[in-house]
Amino acid sequence: MEIPGIVGAGLVVIGAGLGLGKIGGSAMDAIARQPEAAGKIQTAMIIIAALLEGVAFAALFAA
Amino acid sequence: MVLTGKSIKNTLTALVAVIPSLFFANPAADTTLVHAETAVHAEGEAHGHEHAPVDKKSKIKAFIDHHLKDSHDFVFFSDEAEGKHYGFPLPVIILDNGLHVFSSSKFHHGEEIVEADGNYYALHHEKIYKLDSAQAELSLDEHGHPTNPQVLDFSITKNVVAMLFTAALMFFMFVGLAKSYKKGPLPTGMGRALEPLIIFIRDEVAIPNIGEKKYRKYMGYLLTVFFFILILNLIGLTPVGINVTGNIAITLCLALFTFLVTQFSANKDYWKHIFWMPDVPVIMKIILIPIEILGTLTKPFALTIRLYANISAGHIVVMSLLGLIFVFKNWIAGPSFFGLTLFISVIEILVAFLQAFVFTMLSSLFIGMAVQDHHHEEDHDAHTDEEPIII
Repeated sequence: MEIPGIVGAGLVVIGAGLGLGKIGGSAMDAIARQPEAAGKIQTAMIIIAALLEGVAFAALFAA
Repeated sequence: MVLTGKSIKNTLTALVAVIPSLFFANPAADTTLVHAETAVHAEGEAHGHEHAPVDKKSKIKAFIDHHLKDSHDFVFFSDEAEGKHYGFPLPVIILDNGLHVFSSSKFHHGEEIVEADGNYYALHHEKIYKLDSAQAELSLDEHGHPTNPQVLDFSITKNVVAMLFTAALMFFMFVGLAKSYKKGPLPTGMGRALEPLIIFIRDEVAIPNIGEKKYRKYMGYLLTVFFFILILNLIGLTPVGINVTGNIAITLCLALFTFLVTQFSANKDYWKHIFWMPDVPVIMKIILIPIEILGTLTKPFALTIRLYANISAGHIVVMSLLGLIFVFKNWIAGPSFFGLTLFISVIEILVAFLQAFVFTMLSSLFIGMAVQDHHHEEDHDAHTDEEPIII
């Protein structure tokens, strides 16, 4: 039986959503703990989110 | 959220009451069309391709596909009833046993065959094919792709026009900014908007990632890439209908520039960490080398896909939402999808800035990884605060 690509796309979106949620949540925690480091944390958060996005898009295109 | 039985029932009733108004708000004018649309919906997505582009949904799909592609002429809007397109043609430049230059208006939007110096050319889905004679037709294979030979196409297409425009705009903006510094320390006019962005790229992107000593050499490249992507992203949001940064060839080219800059500025530590990393057992080194090489090659690939997919996805979402107005065609859907499109468009402005920033950020990160001095055990503690972020 062939699984349609759209199922894979859905799985990718679930995975990417979980990942982004984890990154955002941890960044919020870190900023709450150390508000003075908010800028650095934000930069690192955006970089990791961008990397995750790259992986997710690559998978979406494969799907 | 706690929902009692009654509130669920009320919500459902409200939903059921609203749904019909989406479909039958204007029955006198629309009944047949809407029925045709719902029939297409019921048949499902899979059959959507087989319909000839007569129903509205496939027309919208064809329109979006056309928008995402590069094109040989500018078309601002088309009059379907009369079959007229309003816009202007662009020059076509073909290298095929010599250079052939002619106006793209001769193609009549792909409907006619052009004769140039004894050769015949046809336009099919914005690709130019060579034909044997003026009467010949494109021979299509079973997938609908022409089997005729393609020619080398150096045309000034819509995307090329947009890029030349951006280059000229950047040239005048930054020459103006540079000149204004001669008069005094404060920039004037357009420069007031540019200076904070340049300072931001220098202080938040280049210096933390590449390092205080070496960042200057790469500022030119980083600023050029940032403003090029930013301006093209923003032009893509205007109704002119250009999609440059959503074109994979262009993002691939930009990513290759970053790749080449990284490789050519790399110091010996960088190569050592790829091919013969220190403090690792020999067996592990042999396993790690292919992984490291692969890691080097995936970086430009990730840059390519990220920019291309983000911008394309944004364009598709905005145009699909606008298309839904024409699918539903009533007084509730119109304003609500208009509002939603406006909302997404504003988010797209944020995405335009964010993607330009992310591309520049990752470029500087990769360059920083290649040029940094690696510190090993003995002097690790002394330099920890100036180490760039390593991912």
